[in-house]
Amino acid sequence: MGPLRGRAVRTLTVLAPGTFASLQDAGRPGWAHVGVGHSGAADRGAHHLANRLVGNPTDSATIECLLGGLTARAEADVVVAVTGAPCPVRVNGRDADHHAPLYLRGGDELSLGLPEAGLRCYVAASGGFEVDPVLGSRSWDSLAGLGPAPLRAGAVLPLGGAAADGARVDHAPVLLPTLETLTVTVTPGPREDWVADGLAALGERTWVVSTHSDRVGVRLDGVPLLRAAAFADAELPSEGVVRGAVQVPAGGLPVVFGSDHPVTGGYPVVGVVTDADADRLAQARPGQQVRFRAAGITPRRGPSR
Amino acid sequence: MTWRLLPAGERGVLAELDDLDAVLTLDATLTTLAAGGDPPWHAVEDRVPAARTLLLTVRDPRDLGAVTDALGNVLAALGVHFEAAIRPLGRPKRRLEPHTGAEVVELAVHYDGPDLAEVARLCGLSADEVVAAHTGRLWRVGFAGFAPGFAYLVDGDPRLRTPRRTEPRTAVPAGSVGLAGAFSGIYPRSSPGGWQLIGRTDAALFDVDRDPPALLRPGAWVRFVAAP
Repeated sequence: MGPLRGRAVRTLTVLAPGTFASLQDAGRPGWAHVGVGHSGAADRGAHHLANRLVGNPTDSATIECLLGGLTARAEADVVVAVTGAPCPVRVNGRDADHHAPLYLRGGDELSLGLPEAGLRCYVAASGGFEVDPVLGSRSWDSLAGLGPAPLRAGAVLPLGGAAADGARVDHAPVLLPTLETLTVTVTPGPREDWVADGLAALGERTWVVSTHSDRVGVRLDGVPLLRAAAFADAELPSEGVVRGAVQVPAGGLPVVFGSDHPVTGGYPVVGVVTDADADRLAQARPGQQVRFRAAGITPRRGPSR
Repeated sequence: MTWRLLPAGERGVLAELDDLDAVLTLDATLTTLAAGGDPPWHAVEDRVPAARTLLLTVRDPRDLGAVTDALGNVLAALGVHFEAAIRPLGRPKRRLEPHTGAEVVELAVHYDGPDLAEVARLCGLSADEVVAAHTGRLWRVGFAGFAPGFAYLVDGDPRLRTPRRTEPRTAVPAGSVGLAGAFSGIYPRSSPGGWQLIGRTDAALFDVDRDPPALLRPGAWVRFVAAP
């Protein structure tokens, strides 16, 4: 926590939210037993990177902007960074970089254009956006209707005390989202045997991201998966699900759960997309093709980001 | 007690058990272990009990192996406990009364729901008998999941077993008291829903500004009373 005086003075004003903008952070874990989901940034890697570029802890809140479009005015000197979907970034109308710290002075205007690929941009500001948390988190949960409300024009966002330890890089090289076929890695789910040929059936098809996709889940169109004969008439009691879970409803078209997924689901989960690839899937545009690749072994990843 | 562990991604494991009683026993045991904060339980991020399963997630995928092993040990120990201590004594599987000190939440209900007559017809009871059955027994909070503050209530009168509505409603008002299958539940806020609505309550099921925010929590019991 920074000094109160600083917190009271430094703000950022949203002039236009664009298509849809909400605050997101590392989410709201620990409340599942009373029906509250995890929520949090849809592309966690991009959210973390935006924070790191401005010297924030990675769990500080950022603005998640669907298809760019945000315009905001700094009311004090502040370092900001834009990550995620690669969009044109302008400061006072002049071109600026994404994936780089931008040093704004009070009165400067930041604006985001339409990304050429990907769906979601993240804007971090030094000190973090310190609106009141709800159940310990500043994430807007679209399914539960919980957390700080989506941003509207005129919203004034208080900034925390500037982080003492600022960014140490000028630019972060990252793999940016593209419009090409996205291949994601999937591990076996708890009910792989409920789906005929399980992950193999999921992996041999090419899927298309449906327009009915959102923060709750990415819906996929394609050749429907079939129930395994042994489970043809079986009904699954609802059970806990995770982000990245590939749920197969009665119609056979999979839904890959995103950050705002329900706490439990009543359809079999055939596989679970890895955390890193759940981030990439959160950037897939409607109409984009998706393929699944089964993980050969249980992935062991390096230190968490 | 039979159980098995199923994969649920890089950071999750799903324990599948015989029934809700076994799940709640496991959940209570894990609550105690988590409160101790010892490895590997300190690595657990969230726990989702459901009708027959319990999902455990960890923050860091590198802790999943240790947590899965420890969970297996707990289940093996509970299995011995169940088989040796409970079943041979011929005790009822379900404990139908709260133990001493358990929380009992009393909820006043106006039994004027739009599906009350239909539920009565489906159950072969009169409307008054439905109300008497709903208020006549304590319900137990089984698990959550549908929405913040929503609790699946179990152990009610078996005569009230009701199918869901064939046509779900697009908007069910907050506070609606419903039945579906063997469960009863209360909609914490307005949402779509397919449960048969028999009444409504003014109680706030979920309030983020209250501590704790959820009125009905695992381990609690509910007594419905007919509002005058």
